[in-house]
Amino acid sequence: MVHFTAEEKAAITGLWAKVNVEEAGGEALGRLLVVYPWTQRFFDSFGNLSSASAIMGNPKVKAHGKKVLTSFGEAIKNLDNLKGAFAKLSELHCDKLHVDPENFRLLGNVIVIILATHFGREFTPDVQAAWQKLVSGVATALAHKYH
Amino acid sequence: MSLTRAERTIIVSMWSKISTQADAIGTETLERLFSCYPQAKTYFPHFDLHSGSAQLRAHGSKVVAAVGDAVKSIDNVAIALSKLSELHAYVLRVDPVNFKFLSHCLLVTLASHFPADFTADAHAAWDKFLSIVSGVLTEKYR
Repeated sequence: MVHFTAEEKAAITGLWAKVNVEEAGGEALGRLLVVYPWTQRFFDSFGNLSSASAIMGNPKVKAHGKKVLTSFGEAIKNLDNLKGAFAKLSELHCDKLHVDPENFRLLGNVIVIILATHFGREFTPDVQAAWQKLVSGVATALAHKYH
Repeated sequence: MSLTRAERTIIVSMWSKISTQADAIGTETLERLFSCYPQAKTYFPHFDLHSGSAQLRAHGSKVVAAVGDAVKSIDNVAIALSKLSELHAYVLRVDPVNFKFLSHCLLVTLASHFPADFTADAHAAWDKFLSIVSGVLTEKYR
């Protein structure tokens, strides 16, 4: 199980308080679809994904990105029990959505990169390390119920 | 997997900005690597890896210079990095998973230093380019 030190929790919650979840969510999902185009396989119903600008401007991408990152925010309220917090979502991603857990790792790293663009110098190696631990913990929690 | 002309243009033009801060970027990339993926330190038992160490700075410069070499020969990375490829295969034998970690840390460093330039297209181009470089460096492993 993932354990966060007090410093790591502070690095995570401190930064999260300044994140515009709607904007960052759309950005994160958009970049996932641009940088790793094969991830578009889950979003046939989203309409125009034909170019980076189409993807980044796509309202369905933005809406879904907001949903995903809002859920991520729930993780941050439950750092001591990620597996419990994501149990239902894990079942959903396996049984209904059929998403390869590798995609959770890809999205986690995209989120880290977006935080770097937003926070610049403030996103120090130590802060990044705390966030890498978080995204890795979330990815593991989301994969936990797979069978 | 090979770069489109548009991707090559993005990388070459960003490189001219990056190269003015090359050493700082190299050092920071390694600091991020060792903070986030401490297992990477196992390849450097002979180094002082504390922030600010001369060895860290020297090695960071080396790494970024090699990326620069790949950028300068972007149409033929395999030839430009042939010697480095042999070094990694026969001497260093760094497990291939670590190239993903290092590439990610370089992307984070670029994103934090050049947020305006690091658009979704640029992110895609750099991720692809570093993936190609990693492939070249591991292609002689077996």
